[in-house]
Amino acid sequence: MADKTTAGTTQPPHGAGQPKPFPPLDPATFAPQLIWLALTFGLLYVLLKRYVLTRVRTAIEDRRGSIQRDLERAEALKSETEQALADYERALAAARTRANAIAKAVQDDLAAATNEQLARGEAEIAKKVADAELRILQAKSKAQASVTSIAEDIAGAIVAKLIGGKVSKDEVRKALVRRAAE
Amino acid sequence: MVGFLVVAAAGGTQGSGMPDPIHQFEVHPIIPLKLFGWDASFTNASAYMLLAVLAIVGFFILSTRAPSLVPSRLQSVSEITYEFVEGMLRDSVGHGGAKYFPFVFALFIFIFACNMLGMIPGFFTVTSQIVVTSALAALVFVTVLVIGFAHNGMRFLRLFVPQGVPALLLPLVVLIEIISFLSRPVSHSVRLFANMLAGHITLKVFGGFVVMLLGAGAYATLAPLPLLMTVAMTALEVLVAFLQAYVFTMLTCMYLSDALHPGH
Repeated sequence: MADKTTAGTTQPPHGAGQPKPFPPLDPATFAPQLIWLALTFGLLYVLLKRYVLTRVRTAIEDRRGSIQRDLERAEALKSETEQALADYERALAAARTRANAIAKAVQDDLAAATNEQLARGEAEIAKKVADAELRILQAKSKAQASVTSIAEDIAGAIVAKLIGGKVSKDEVRKALVRRAAE
Repeated sequence: MVGFLVVAAAGGTQGSGMPDPIHQFEVHPIIPLKLFGWDASFTNASAYMLLAVLAIVGFFILSTRAPSLVPSRLQSVSEITYEFVEGMLRDSVGHGGAKYFPFVFALFIFIFACNMLGMIPGFFTVTSQIVVTSALAALVFVTVLVIGFAHNGMRFLRLFVPQGVPALLLPLVVLIEIISFLSRPVSHSVRLFANMLAGHITLKVFGGFVVMLLGAGAYATLAPLPLLMTVAMTALEVLVAFLQAYVFTMLTCMYLSDALHPGH
């Protein structure tokens, strides 16, 4: 790999006995490669920086932005849904409480009315019973009284029939009372 | 047989039917030019550099012609490439690296395009020339130096003074750090150059074996063996072509990271 060429020549000598330099290391090709590398790489850098990379970046950022926006909207909708659900549950709980209160009030009213009617009925019955008892008592005492007078009458009549003659009612009554006491 | 192959590989330059594996690296002028006494000929190397640039720019313009929310395949490729390099830069440089994205991206895509164009049979490989890889590595080296001093001033020199080293060892460590810093562009350039060179020579040699065996009577029955090898090597070389572009860019990112944050 001895270098026999002079810098600046483009064509390495191809003499028969002269060893050719190893091409990838041939200094004769350095200058044109460096110059063209600088030109092409410089061109690539400028095109990429000014034009190409912004296009790719724009596409990527647009996507990221739109995904971000969609996610945010989804988040907002989700919280809205949760809010609505919470509202619904709160309303449901309030309605249930109110329904319970109404039911209890109605029940209380009914119970009170029933109790009142019951009490009135009982009072009426008690009064009727008392009246009846009174009447029975009166009838009983009247009957007893009439039984006594009938017994006196019968006893007077019997005595009159047996003995003949008149016996006073007072005597009969005294005699009956004496007999009843024995 | 092995002996035969070795002899063929060693002596097969002219006349033996073996294609010269070095021929593909030759640079020859297409349009001879002189610029201020310098040879600025438009060579086949220049043509492939230009082709690479046109292919890159053409591809990216074509793929982003009608950008849509759900990307087309081409748009996906350009976006994936963009985000791949962006991720590489962000992961290794972090804060303050975004400014150098066009430079890093240009390096990656240029080397990648040159490597991939070189994989097409008959095409010239721009990155198999030591002067090209050295120039790119030197560009990175100088960029790192300029950014390092512009960003940190003299504090950039702390890059060579690791913390927590005993005072006795410090001069030696600093010397080693400086040597390793200065050898960066060498390893940076030679890694890419040597990989591309060796890969293409190997491919050409194995390809040559196929042709030689076919022309060697009964030995022609053995020809499929190096052919299989060539196919496998081609797949490997495609991987290497990508990997070397990636490695070159990755190292650039790490050097940039040193320039921007020399403290660690």
